[in-house]
Amino acid sequence: MKPIIEISGISKRFRISHELQPYLNIRDRVSQIFSGKKATSTEEFWALKDITFSVEAGESIGIIGKNGAGKSTLLKILSKITPPSSGKIISRGRIASLLEVGTGFHPELTGRENIFLNGSILGMRKNEIQGKFDEIVDFSGVEKFLDTPLKHYSSGMQLRLAFAVAAFLEPEILIIDEVLAVGDAEFQKKCMGKMDEVSKSGRTILFVSHNMGAVSNLCSKAVLLRDGKIAMIDNSSKVVEQYLHDSVQMSGKRRKTISALDKSFTLQLPYWVNNAGEEIPSYSFGSDYKLRFDFEFHRELTFLNIGIAVMNKDGSRIFTSHSVDDKSFQSFSTYNGKMTFDAHLNIPDLAPGYYQVLFGVADEHTHDYVNASSEVEVILDIAETHKIKDGANGILWHTGQWKKVG
Amino acid sequence: MEYEIKPAGRFSLNLSELWEYRELIFFFTWRDIKVKYKQTFFGAAWAVIQPLLLMVVFTVFFARNFTIESGNIPYPVFVFSGLLLWNVFANGLSNAGNSMVANANIIKKIYFPRLIIPISSILSAMVDFLISIIVYFCVLFFYGLQSTIPSILLMLPLSLLITLCTTLGAGSFLAALNVKYRDFRYVIPFLIQVLMFMTPIIYPVSTPDMEWVRTLLLLNPMTGAIDLIRSAVMQVPVNQTAVAMASVSSLLWLIIGISYFRRTEYYFADLA
Repeated sequence: MKPIIEISGISKRFRISHELQPYLNIRDRVSQIFSGKKATSTEEFWALKDITFSVEAGESIGIIGKNGAGKSTLLKILSKITPPSSGKIISRGRIASLLEVGTGFHPELTGRENIFLNGSILGMRKNEIQGKFDEIVDFSGVEKFLDTPLKHYSSGMQLRLAFAVAAFLEPEILIIDEVLAVGDAEFQKKCMGKMDEVSKSGRTILFVSHNMGAVSNLCSKAVLLRDGKIAMIDNSSKVVEQYLHDSVQMSGKRRKTISALDKSFTLQLPYWVNNAGEEIPSYSFGSDYKLRFDFEFHRELTFLNIGIAVMNKDGSRIFTSHSVDDKSFQSFSTYNGKMTFDAHLNIPDLAPGYYQVLFGVADEHTHDYVNASSEVEVILDIAETHKIKDGANGILWHTGQWKKVG
Repeated sequence: MEYEIKPAGRFSLNLSELWEYRELIFFFTWRDIKVKYKQTFFGAAWAVIQPLLLMVVFTVFFARNFTIESGNIPYPVFVFSGLLLWNVFANGLSNAGNSMVANANIIKKIYFPRLIIPISSILSAMVDFLISIIVYFCVLFFYGLQSTIPSILLMLPLSLLITLCTTLGAGSFLAALNVKYRDFRYVIPFLIQVLMFMTPIIYPVSTPDMEWVRTLLLLNPMTGAIDLIRSAVMQVPVNQTAVAMASVSSLLWLIIGISYFRRTEYYFADLA
């Protein structure tokens, strides 16, 4: 049987124009006309370069890579939103793409009306939507507000409604971009369950995500993109491992600054320091390191809860830690100016490998200040410092004590 | 079902694909109509008020102060017969011209034949037309001209077809330009205003006394479309030159507009 999608030599070029001077006044503009100098220069940028791979029917493929690696561009080409600059794709099935949940939702229309509109935009037939209407409403859990305009919905309700419509799409090929990075934990679980069901029913899924756990759970194979080129195609756990390895190499070179949603502070992407306060790229097994948070507060805050969660590459949460739970941590009455906090995690005998560290900063009502779930990440790289015998498998690197008692 | 995704290639109209997506045309039209009158106090009554008010304004300010030859029919009926199709054109053109930019967030996230957007934005302007034609017939009754209704209904399909072809052609042309050059957002309302005076709505085709101006008027497809309806109300023979020229030029508009739209639509998602 022929592969359901054959991607051969896909490249995408963008032209970026730079204005040579940031501001031009009319006098400059006029003098340019006479001198013949151009105000802009164009530069070519290849978002994708020579991408070739094929997807077998029923396969679930994860596409991972850093921001700007070309993942979204590839999905946009696959969904026919933008044409490639060269190369071609042969597709042997009906594609539905979910680059966003709730595409076309209109705030003035009611929930019921939006189900029909959104369903139709996603490519469902009217009688198909009618047939699944009750299931969609049931899945979304917003039946009480069906005839309320969407603008009165909470953002969580809008999201649930949007995902519910998308969940009942039945294409042969489903393209999904990072839609699971939103919503509360329970809803995410529900969505993952639905996705799992979809992939088990024999449909083909292409899935872009920063959630390494979701990729390795859901996808058998994964493609790692780096600067618009394919860096690796293999089974998903190997590719995820390579990606996490790349991320560790990258961190330290570029320190990202994260802003609070309400601009009340900026935060440097947390990084690992040793006892001398020096930044280190990886955490060697058995040693004592801390995760450092550099804050700069732009207005005075009276409460702050910093939390982290350490996940292994299957997406299982190993443990979480919150600053408010530590009684010895002095709860400051005010947070202002520049402040630095260290989280000393006392990490137990975690096995060597790569771990994703998610973090959040919340106010007293547990509302998050930063949306750090997908765009930014910290990797915990526990390096193997000494070899022990085979058989040390599992989450913990624990040898235990053995004694002959009889 | 097998298909290829390739670099932007040659122009093709691909009407079969458009037909496949007919339900989406319906849903977009339905959305535009629903949204248009949400949170308005008068709701759809606006479709009645607008043409009536315009008719009164033109009657009071133009017919009273200038001598305008409206033939054998009262001036309000004369002006309403012009406004009827003009409003389809003007509303359709302004809806369609802004439609691609207004729906940019959808265009960037999902594929469907892009032509659906200007088409459904014009169709949503048709609802106002259906309401105003009822109002128009009421006005005819008021002036005792109800006997002309059958011949109006006879002329309506062709005149409406000319109007819609022109609107879709010019509308999709402007919609495509608007994606690239946002200047057109400001050009469109101005253009409609200018065109209104270049169309014989408040005056008859015979008014301009220079020959070349009258010829220019005939090149405007809306002239022929409006003339068809008026000749039915006035019970005079149809100006065949006007109708022939209108048919040809509206078809030209349609071809130019749609082919330009089709040629540029590939890059809408990158530019929007």
